[in-house]
Amino acid sequence: MSGELTGLTAAAIAASVAAGDVSAVEVTTAHLDRIEAVDASVHAFLHVAADGALRAARAVDDQRAAGRPLGPLAGVPLALKDVFTTIDMPTTCGSRILAGWQPPYDATITKRLRRAGIVILGKTNMDEFAMGSSTENSAFGPSRNPWDLSRVPGGSSGGSAAAVAAFEAPLAIGTDTGGSIRQPGAVCGIVGVKPTYGGSSRYGVVAFASSLDTPGPLARTVLDAALLHEAMSGHDPCDSTSLDAPVPPVVAAARQADVAGLRIGVVTELSGAGYQPGVLARFSEAVELLESLGAKVGEVSCPHFSYALPAYYLIAPSECSSNLARFDAMRYGLRVGDDGTHSAEEVMSLTRAAGFGAEVKRRIMLGTYALSSGYYDAYYGKAQQVRTLITRDFDAAFEQADVLVSPATPTTAFPIGERADDPMAMYLADLCTIPSDLAGNAAISVPCGLAAEDGLPVGLQIMAPVLADDRMYRVGAAVEAALDQRRGHPLLDEANGLGAAGPGREAGR
Amino acid sequence: MTETMPVVPYDGAVARYDPVFGLETHVELGTVTKMFCGSPAGFGAEPNAAVCPVCLGLPGSLPVINRAAIEYTIRIGLALNCSIASWCRFARKNYFYPDMPKNYQISQYDEPLCTDGWLDITVAGADFRIGIERVHLEEDTGKSLHVGGATGRIHGADYSLVDYNRAGIPLVEVVTKPVPGTGALAPVVARAYVTELREVLRALDVSDVRMEEGSLRCDVNTSLAPRGSGTWGTRTETKNVNSLRSVERAVQSEIERQAAVLDAGRRVVLETRHYHEETGQTTPGRSKEEAQDYRYFPEPDLVPVAPSAEWVERLRATLPELPSARRSRLQAVWGLSDLDMTALGNAGALDLVAGTVAAGAAPADARKWWLGELSRHANESGTELTALPVTPAQVARIAELVASGSLNDRLARQVLDGVLAGQGSPDEIVAARGLAVVSDEGTLLAAVDAAIAANQEVAAKVLDGKIAAAGALVGAVMEATRGQADAARVRELILQRLAQP
Repeated sequence: MSGELTGLTAAAIAASVAAGDVSAVEVTTAHLDRIEAVDASVHAFLHVAADGALRAARAVDDQRAAGRPLGPLAGVPLALKDVFTTIDMPTTCGSRILAGWQPPYDATITKRLRRAGIVILGKTNMDEFAMGSSTENSAFGPSRNPWDLSRVPGGSSGGSAAAVAAFEAPLAIGTDTGGSIRQPGAVCGIVGVKPTYGGSSRYGVVAFASSLDTPGPLARTVLDAALLHEAMSGHDPCDSTSLDAPVPPVVAAARQADVAGLRIGVVTELSGAGYQPGVLARFSEAVELLESLGAKVGEVSCPHFSYALPAYYLIAPSECSSNLARFDAMRYGLRVGDDGTHSAEEVMSLTRAAGFGAEVKRRIMLGTYALSSGYYDAYYGKAQQVRTLITRDFDAAFEQADVLVSPATPTTAFPIGERADDPMAMYLADLCTIPSDLAGNAAISVPCGLAAEDGLPVGLQIMAPVLADDRMYRVGAAVEAALDQRRGHPLLDEANGLGAAGPGREAGR
Repeated sequence: MTETMPVVPYDGAVARYDPVFGLETHVELGTVTKMFCGSPAGFGAEPNAAVCPVCLGLPGSLPVINRAAIEYTIRIGLALNCSIASWCRFARKNYFYPDMPKNYQISQYDEPLCTDGWLDITVAGADFRIGIERVHLEEDTGKSLHVGGATGRIHGADYSLVDYNRAGIPLVEVVTKPVPGTGALAPVVARAYVTELREVLRALDVSDVRMEEGSLRCDVNTSLAPRGSGTWGTRTETKNVNSLRSVERAVQSEIERQAAVLDAGRRVVLETRHYHEETGQTTPGRSKEEAQDYRYFPEPDLVPVAPSAEWVERLRATLPELPSARRSRLQAVWGLSDLDMTALGNAGALDLVAGTVAAGAAPADARKWWLGELSRHANESGTELTALPVTPAQVARIAELVASGSLNDRLARQVLDGVLAGQGSPDEIVAARGLAVVSDEGTLLAAVDAAIAANQEVAAKVLDGKIAAAGALVGAVMEATRGQADAARVRELILQRLAQP
């Protein structure tokens, strides 16, 4: 029973709970059991809130018993990236400097999840302050890829992606700053979505790079991602950069799952040298598949995308150098050296030296340098100009195509430790995803098969214009349906990293 | 710690050097809530009670611009004849300090809301136009209290306490252009500018502009150049100048100090200096020549502010009559001298006099009461005139009682004392104490006769034509009537009596 429940999609769980076929408490218990069984291996969670989750589940069951209407995802468990503030759980951002910090307030998205009757199972592991592509930068140890436990689950939302891929939760929320949802989604063989910037609230999301950070859903199906996208999105007056616009009709689009007549642009610059052959092979097949489904496929050129990575590594560190200045031991979090012999300034310095990991320090230093007087124009200023050019590339490309496609990542999941000492190699993991972060448009990664050489998942990235998120759901759902049909089962059925621990996957599909 | 600074006597300094000054004035706006959150912006809460995740800079919190603060700032800009930006952004000013919740301050850098205006002032009959460089909006920091140590500064303190109630209160910074050409008047012109700016802000009702509570704070830039050279010297920036008197003294003492430096053939160091209220002197602070790099960049958590022309015009329409125009109008109506008007302005008594006149008093009487007796009370109790527990209407009533002859000046002062002591309205005090001029001629005549009878020698002198001697008789009558007689009438009666054959 419990294996069957963890194998269900979010849509199926919600339907079963609403129909009274299963209680939210049973569903939650099944997932807590699953976490208990596999998370020692996966390490997707930094904090599991069993009591709180069961309480939330019971509330949904009570609501149903009282005959009150349930939301479309009521009773569905979810894993929340540890970058969202939660009034009843610690929020650490994977950093020693915030170890044990209990926020006095809920993020807007946390509140919306609770209101929707979604059951928060706990907080997931991440690269420290969302800086990284592997979760190896977590102060609390890396998460592991459920396809192969010796490999990374991607990052920074690697814990969220691993939790979904390991059937510990049908849904998860991550944040995407340079690809931190799509890249882990891709390498874990699940769906990861970066909504349009401003489409989902940042209030209560501990900031990495304010002009880039975008919360979004992770799920095993495109429809599940769309359901969560709708539940978590929408204007938030507490976030000035939140768009005051209706949420695009993503659920309807995911159900439509049809690409007939759509113009699909293959981005020339996002392929070729440096891309793993198996990734390119699966990507090409996915493009052919789209064509066979009636889409009009053509190549588009985005000449400035080659400057996206360097521009990103000036803008994101600049903003982070300022955003992370508040961690100074004065008001919350770690405090080192407060023994009466050190000045306030020294306590700040000692705390930051002890509390931040190497990658965070590297980016703070990069950003501090890039914003310095005399260097600002050459670095931060120039990077912002590149950002404008990239946005114009997108504008021009979206004149020719309704959506753009590329591989979601240049390679499949790499072994833990392989890139840990080579920041440049690590940064390349986000090569395909960064342009959409800089331009603020929507993008999704949908599994499109396994690379022949290593048997690991490959993601297809579909990019849509600002506030046209629905388009990429249409395309993603069509690809997903066609591939599942061709394969005869969902891709995740082939994941063997957890061996016999796999859940009963046939149920509820 | 305080070094003894060689100084040149002021007259000598301004004889050899031309001063240029500039002022940066910080004004805490009187909005209901803070700049970027819903926490209350007023004074008086328990430390760290008027705070929320946003103004505490808690991880994940985000700022949202207070529309009222933008409107206040635009109105200030309009009153100072500034251009209002059609598009501008906030910027982050990055530096570490324990009373800065985020270790950056959301401020404005190269895109201020208001630019390029002016404020006209009059000093000693001369008109000066003070150029306004910019008016921008930012958030205030928290307040540190350094406990222990000799200096009250963070270095050497045993420990420090931080109150974040002030953090996030909207703060407007009004920056003047450099003001050359005021010569020896520089300190007075600087003071007059701050005085006038305060009046403008008060008229706009955007701040309570209380310098002693820190809701209006000044930094004063001063430089000297050899007289007539037409060049400008290196400036210093004097911080913590927090009273009108201090503005004047800070400029003067910097002129005296810099003159001594230049006289000695040394150069003035570009630096921040701290003003000391007790001594009127400045001491060196941070050198600006190794300037702190604030790493300004556009605040990515906020969207640009783009005031439409319609919005600006709507705000322009809400501007009140500005103080200079109002002063001219009132002066014409009241018929007071320039000197009187300046005195009223300096005492902050203009509104009080206006209120008193509106309640029926003659302008000259209103002026006399507020600048005389009431100013004396305010000085004695160390408060502002506005803080005295008496209303313009009550002052007008007292003036009316005097004008109608019901009270003489001495009695009127007693009534005022009663009002200030909280004993009731003027009429209640008159009734309770039986204070009224004895106007019954019979009673007065009896008192006059008694006085003459008791002072035969004096009466004889008066009869001899030594009219001045009558004063002693008047005094005796006033004593007998416990002061409740009209002295002039008493004098008349005495002279009538003694003139009779």
